[in-house]
Parts: sequence; structure tokens; C-alpha cells
Amino acid sequence: MDFFRQALVIARKDLRAELRTKEAINASLAFAIVILVLFSFAFDPSEDQTREMSGGLLWIVFAFAGTLVLNRSFAREVPNDCLDALLAAPISGGALFLGKALANFALVMAVELVSLPVFGIFYNVHWTSQFWSLLLVLALGTWGLTVIGTIFSALTVNIRLRELMAPLLVYPMMIPALMSAMQLSMQLIAGKPLGGENQIWLRLLVAFDVIFTALSLFLLETVLVG
Amino acid sequence: MRAVAAEGVWKFYGDYPALRDVIVHADPGTCLALIGRNGAGKTTLLRIIGGFSKAGRGQVKIFDKDPRETETRRRVGFIGHGISVYDELSAFENLSLFGRLYNLPDPRKSAMEWLERTGLDRVKDGLVREFSRGMRQRLAVARAFLHEPSVLLLDEPFTALDDRAIAVLQRLLHEALAEGRTVVMSTHQLREALELATHVALLNRGKIAFHGERTPEMVADPGWVYARYGEG
Repeated sequence: MDFFRQALVIARKDLRAELRTKEAINASLAFAIVILVLFSFAFDPSEDQTREMSGGLLWIVFAFAGTLVLNRSFAREVPNDCLDALLAAPISGGALFLGKALANFALVMAVELVSLPVFGIFYNVHWTSQFWSLLLVLALGTWGLTVIGTIFSALTVNIRLRELMAPLLVYPMMIPALMSAMQLSMQLIAGKPLGGENQIWLRLLVAFDVIFTALSLFLLETVLVG
Repeated sequence: MRAVAAEGVWKFYGDYPALRDVIVHADPGTCLALIGRNGAGKTTLLRIIGGFSKAGRGQVKIFDKDPRETETRRRVGFIGHGISVYDELSAFENLSLFGRLYNLPDPRKSAMEWLERTGLDRVKDGLVREFSRGMRQRLAVARAFLHEPSVLLLDEPFTALDDRAIAVLQRLLHEALAEGRTVVMSTHQLREALELATHVALLNRGKIAFHGERTPEMVADPGWVYARYGEG
């Protein structure tokens, strides 16, 4: 129980700090909306084209906008050497990781849930026909991005060029989760239900989440202390 | 049982040995002052003792246990170069947060108690980013003492402190020593440190040049130990 209680303490602390400064969430949200709006003006796609590119467009926007939140995750601990205080505290690396990942997940999901209606309006797409399934895919895909983003934020926390290095390391690792989420989202926005030919992508996404969550929970202590 | 024991500790940065076969120890109720010039390895050694960094060779034990063990961390308080509190949270929120992480029975009560002891109770709801430097330092002291640690690791604790914060810290350290706790501090401020220290370890280019009890000569002339055992 201590593990989850401590993870929640960390998550609450990160969310409270972010909601006070709004540094990452404002940048991320503005970025997501601007890219969606600019693309709609630049290409003016037809309904069929929109349906085909919807998954790719949405997840590229989510991945780039999400990175702005995820990069800040451990960088937030650098001013005042707060990371030392967390490392000194009797909490496991796994609880620290889970707390940070939960806070990041909430923030990235919030950005996505605001971006989706903007996408619907500017691309004239009816995206709610498979709403609950789409929400499930959003949650699974976002958890995958969050896990990778959080562990690499820890890995690059002491690197001088971390703002550059973190995305370079993170995006290649995200490819399996992004591909699955793109395929599933495209088909759900086109009105096809989950199951059948989607199944393989859903399984890949779930497997990605499970494997990388387990690895990150296990590795955070080593990443931070050596 | 030794409160802190470092045995044959080496630390390499690339090929450069920042620490070379360091052996230091501190018993319960004693205060060890780690002194030495800039770059001598004081902070590196303290970080290894605190479990923030791993030794290349050798081992560190706190009450015969590894510094990274959860139970050991519960018994250690640390003040580093930074204040290690969050600018975006209030003083009370910061201490409550660490009270929860240390699993204190009543984190809010402990937070209030330490805010009072460090003279910050009137500004408990103020955000740390609005605090003066002295207030921030006192909050850092409160954070380190909050969970009543058996071992206190202090890295340059008197640097950049105002008079009031120095007085608060010295009072708390005297109380801690009287209660049988152990203090290990690295410092350049020899006068303040030697007033508290029961033992002294002089680091010279990563090696222990002297390790022993504080002597009257050291108190009378804080530079004596450098002249006698250091580079002069």
C-alpha cells in the first residue's frame, strides 16, 4: 500500500506544481491546437483524405505536444536540487516513476481531450461514433508515450542539452506504440469498431504498455543513482 | 556499531580518481567535519555516503546497512548545495509533502512544528519562490530535520546562510548531538564547523590526509590542520 500511496503523493505534488505555473501544459496545448489549425488551412483535405490521415495527424500532434510535458517531468526537480531530496526520501524508484508517470498521463490526456474537438471542428470530422473505444485507445497510447517520456526524462535529467536529447531518444522508442495508436484511431474515427483486423494493433499497444511500464518501474533507481 | 563507515572508497570521473581509498567513520553522537580545499572530494564523498552516487570501489555503511536501503534512508537527513524544496509550493505544503514521503504519523502536525522551530510559521502559506534567501535556507533545514533523522549529512551547511539561519542551524545541530545523533558535514567555514565537530577528516586531492579527534590547536587556529597535514 505504501508504494501506491507514495506514488499518489508524488503525482499530486507534480500536478499541483504544474497547475500553479502552467508552464508545460500551456505550451503543450497551444502547440497542439496551432498545429491542428495550421494543417487544416494548409492542406484543406477532403472527408476521405481526412479519415485516412486522422490517426497519423492526431498522434503526431499528441507525440510532439506531449513531449513538451514529458520533458519537464524530471527537469522540474533540477532547480533547487529537489531530485536529491526525492532520492534521499525512503521511496522506491518504482513509486517515484509511477507517481511522475500518473501526473504526466493526466496532463497529456487533458491536452488530447481538448485537442480532439478542435480536430473535429477544423477537419469537419464526426469522431464520436466510437467514442468509448477511441477513449480506450487514447488512454493506452498516451500511457505508452508517458512511460517512455518519463523514463527518458529521468535518463536525460543531468544532461546539459536535455531539451534536444530527450526527443531524439524518445521518438524512435515510441514507434510501436504510435503505429498501433495511429492505426486504431484511424479505423475508429472511420466508424469501424474495435476487434477483427484491429486486434493485432490493440494487442501490440497493450504489450508495449505492459513491457515498458514493468521495465521502467524496475530501472528508474538504476537510471538515477547508477 | 558505527553510525557511518566508509571503507576503501574510490570514485572515478572518467580516468580521474576523485576519491582514493578513503576510509572515514563516525560513531553515534559525534560530529565529523570533512574539510579540504575546493575539488578535494568532500561533496563526492558526502553524496556517496548519502546514497546519491555509487562508489567505484569500496563500500559505505550507515548503521551497518547500505545507504540505498529504505530503512537507512528513513534514518538520514541531508542538506546539499540546493535547498531541495519546491518553489511552486508553500512552506507548509513542502514540509507536509516530505512528511508523507517519510511516512510520518501526522505529517501536517510535524510540518507545523518544524515551521515554528525555524521561525517560518507566520509565512507557512507563502510560496517558497516569494521567500528571501535566509527563509529558504531555514526551510531547507526544517526539511532535513523533519523526520528526526539519526544521521545528518550536511554539505557546506553554513555557506550563504544569514546570521539567523546560522543560529537556527547551530542550535539544532547542538540539540541533535546532545540527543545522540550523528552529524557529518563538509565545510569551508572552519570556525563554525570546528565549534561543533568532535572529529575532523581532511581530504587532500581525494585522499584522507588526516582523520582524528578535534584538538584544542584546531579550535584556537582553524588553519592549523591545513598547515600541519594539508598543502599549507
